[in-house]
Amino acid sequence: MNKSQLIEALAKAEDLTLKKAEEVVTTVFGDMEDALIRGERVEIRGFGSFKIKHYEGYEGRNPKTGEIIHVAEKKLPFFKVGKELKERVDVI
Amino acid sequence: MALTKNDLMNSLHQRLKLRKCKSLELLESLLEIMKKRLESGEEVRISGFGKFSVKDKRERRGRNPQSGEDLMLEPRRVVTFRCSEVFRDKINRGSD
Repeated sequence: MNKSQLIEALAKAEDLTLKKAEEVVTTVFGDMEDALIRGERVEIRGFGSFKIKHYEGYEGRNPKTGEIIHVAEKKLPFFKVGKELKERVDVI
Repeated sequence: MALTKNDLMNSLHQRLKLRKCKSLELLESLLEIMKKRLESGEEVRISGFGKFSVKDKRERRGRNPQSGEDLMLEPRRVVTFRCSEVFRDKINRGSD
């Protein structure tokens, strides 16, 4: 499912216009993005939480050529699945 | 400080001029659609944000770190998230 399919599904489930559903989806993910960019955590009960993890830079090597490569430090959002979603997905 | 459902509800209320109870209902409905899709094993891709997918983990031999006891970990299904390139660049630009 992609974003536009999610918008269509929301419009159908909630009897909204596509435009309204699009605004809802865009607002929700936009707010989550903004919070993470500010360095804040996001906690959506039943779904999961996000926080930014910092990864230090390091000197790596191209295994083929042996050439030294500088890998810059970076930040990535880390997602931890919430209890409800975790249990619902793990049905094996 | 963390962004919660309550903050998202207030944001929908203020920006989209929806009643608070309606905002919460729409938010829960949106989350439920995503949860149902993931539950059925389908991935959910939000362009500009990232991709949620379901992965099957095989049974493996593990160890209880406290007692050191060997045990078999059952096969399980887990949800993973991969951030989009666009979002990743925004996060890293923000810090410079």
